[in-house]
Amino acid sequence: MAPKFHFSLVAPERELFAGEVDQVDAPGAEGDFGVLAGHEPFMTTLRSGEVIVRTGGQRRVFAIQGGFADVTPESFTLLAEGATEAVVR
Amino acid sequence: MASVKEMRTRIASVKSTQKITKALQMVAAAKLRRAQAQAEAARPYARRMASVIANLAKSVSGPSAPLLLAGTGKDQRHLIVVAASDRGLAGGINSNVVRAARERIASLIAQGKDVRILTIGRKARDGLRRQFASRFVENYELGLKSPNFELVQPIAQQIIDLYLAGEIDVVTLFYSRFKSVISQVPTSKQLIPAVVDAADEGASPDLKGGVYSYEPGEEEILKTLLPRNIAIQLLAAVLENQAGFFAAQMAAMDSATRNAGDLINALTIQMNRTRQAQITKELIEIISGAEAL
Repeated sequence: MAPKFHFSLVAPERELFAGEVDQVDAPGAEGDFGVLAGHEPFMTTLRSGEVIVRTGGQRRVFAIQGGFADVTPESFTLLAEGATEAVVR
Repeated sequence: MASVKEMRTRIASVKSTQKITKALQMVAAAKLRRAQAQAEAARPYARRMASVIANLAKSVSGPSAPLLLAGTGKDQRHLIVVAASDRGLAGGINSNVVRAARERIASLIAQGKDVRILTIGRKARDGLRRQFASRFVENYELGLKSPNFELVQPIAQQIIDLYLAGEIDVVTLFYSRFKSVISQVPTSKQLIPAVVDAADEGASPDLKGGVYSYEPGEEEILKTLLPRNIAIQLLAAVLENQAGFFAAQMAAMDSATRNAGDLINALTIQMNRTRQAQITKELIEIISGAEAL
């Protein structure tokens, strides 16, 4: 199984997600990017858009409203200006 | 001595006051739980933001550093931001923070600095208006909704605009820190120039030999982060304040309820004594009247 890493999605008012995940896709200011475990250290500002979090076979989608990403090899912290979880059908 | 009837009315009035304070206490307790949860929920964001900025600040310095981080290099014009609540009936929480702010303002003025004031919450305005009316920039009210990002955004924007327009050099925030339910401490914090907390640097993550890459550049990131950080710090302060306010109100109303209870007991005893004295007096009159026959 692929190694997991820690992802947390934090909005000013609350923490929406924190846990071990397989992959996260986020909308960077200079293009969308995907993060797997062991990603190189990386910081970027974010556009508004979708953040897709994959764990095992599960997939959760959040809508964020601008923000900031801090990626290290074993964690990914996403500071969103505003965020809500989208209902996945 | 007051008549029995007067005392009865008095007891009834204290009882209804007690009902009100009791109700306020329970409302404050319920709201405290929510406000406390919110204040705690806002902490991770503020903390991460601080550590990210601490990380970035290390690599960006010198003349290219953003103005919000480096400061204007002067210390002449101060903006004091005071956060308190809209309402009272909460013991000394508001007056404590207002007093701390007032002392700082007075000492800055004594040093010949220019001081301007921005208040959040009606009580902060009321506490400083009489003395420093001409120095007011603006007053914001919290309103009935619980504080959120939308509330602090315009405040942060106004502060930043003033700063970038070169009207102020240093911004200091005063608020009540929510230490615990029974203790709220008036606290001051410098917002601009941003203070990089040395404690946060130790928490920098293990990069496994890698070096951060930035998209766009470090300075651009810092430029967008610093204004946001001010809004976040304001939000955290306002949320802590709110939690502290409800805690203080709960404590104040609890002691008011107890005081009312003590008063009711004392009045009831006094009333019973008076009534008994009257009965005894009437009995003596009847008995002595009967003996005289």
